Amino acid sequence: MIELADLSKTFVVKGVAHTVLDHVNLTVDDGDIFGIIGISGAGKSTLVRCINLLERPTSGSVLIDGVDITGYSGRQLSDLRCRIGMVFQDFNLFAQRTVLENVTFPLEIRKDPRHKREARGRELLELVGLSEKAHSYPAQLSGGQQQRVSIARALANHPSVILCDEATSALDSLTTNSVLKLLRQINQELGVTIVAITHEISVVQKICNKVAIIDDARIVEQGLTAEIISNPQHEVSRRLLGAVSWDA
Amino acid sequence: MREFLAEYGDLLLSGTLKTLAMALIGTCAAYVLGIPLGVLATATAPGSLRPHRGFNMVLGWIINIGRSIPFIILLVALIPFTRLLMGTSIGTTGAIVPLVVAATPFVARMVESSLQEVGGGVVEAALSYGASTGQIITKVMLKEGLPLIIRGASITLITLIGYSAMAGAIGAGGLGDIAVRYGYYRYQDNVMFATIIILIVLVQGIQSAGDLLARVVDKRNR
Repeated sequence: MIELADLSKTFVVKGVAHTVLDHVNLTVDDGDIFGIIGISGAGKSTLVRCINLLERPTSGSVLIDGVDITGYSGRQLSDLRCRIGMVFQDFNLFAQRTVLENVTFPLEIRKDPRHKREARGRELLELVGLSEKAHSYPAQLSGGQQQRVSIARALANHPSVILCDEATSALDSLTTNSVLKLLRQINQELGVTIVAITHEISVVQKICNKVAIIDDARIVEQGLTAEIISNPQHEVSRRLLGAVSWDA
Repeated sequence: MREFLAEYGDLLLSGTLKTLAMALIGTCAAYVLGIPLGVLATATAPGSLRPHRGFNMVLGWIINIGRSIPFIILLVALIPFTRLLMGTSIGTTGAIVPLVVAATPFVARMVESSLQEVGGGVVEAALSYGASTGQIITKVMLKEGLPLIIRGASITLITLIGYSAMAGAIGAGGLGDIAVRYGYYRYQDNVMFATIIILIVLVQGIQSAGDLLARVVDKRNR
């Protein structure tokens, strides 16, 4: 379970404070596919980065399974990050490593023995359907294949949570569907909780059981996807859902 | 031609070897010193792994000072230091010190720019998997930046071949020395032209070899 309690983040740029997250409260239960949707600049990337402390919140706390991790650093933080996989919009694969070496990177930094890493890597490549690409390099793969590799990499350490930062935004719609299917499969078969940041309502509709709508640094509405889609309460939600008329 | 080679062949060959030795040893030593400096400059830059404004600025100044002194002046200015370090300030041995001093800041900047090219995305990905600063430097930045670092090395080697010719002016030996002694003092243009041709061949060869090696190593374009 991930809880964000009263989380705020303020950046100071040239003496001017910008509040990117404003007292955010959010609970993600185990097994959820939790969508966080908002327009660009709404603060969603910062929000997801606070969960594994790639961004340090200015105030408030992040609780994982009831433990406040906000003060973690060093070894403790490394161990925590091992339990949380992350998938990025631009894949962020290592261009000079083979697909297999990319997938096993999280194990390499934990100094797992090579044979163990490779066995796990091959298992994951099979899961994402890219076994025959083990010795290819990222530049030889399509965008969809690259994102599958990065999903496999995110799973290497048997994480309980995967954070997706616009995981399908760089992909065409057909490839998006296959990547979303893969994420749902991982959620259902491996029981991995997924937190997915997106600006596309279709991603939320297709895979998320819960959704939070973020606008201008605040969560304006959250709940079950089905309920919010059928009965959006907040104006921003309606706008994101396309339910607002042109003259609004 | 045959006569020319019979008379000057050995001289030119030993000069070529000396030039190559100076440039190669100088380049290797400059990388031993320049890679850590380049890594430090990258890692302490604002927004990088371990931002440290003061350290980064001082390091930048030192590198810039090193780069702003013309080599011919450095050569003379360093004579006492070279003598202290190597026991002599002349000959090939004496030339190594100023070559390394001149090349190290150059290499540091080149390594820094190669590492910056690696990009924040992959570094962030590595961080998100719990990698430490040291692991990110060795397993991500240096590994991903290797093709660019290799390209930089061939540029450095070529620059040092040019510098070592200047060092010839203070008795460092090598092709520069031969060109000055025969071409300038004895008006033997043919010997000077021979050194020029050898230098051109060396430079072309190093550039091609460096490009080829970088292409083979780089897995991005295939």
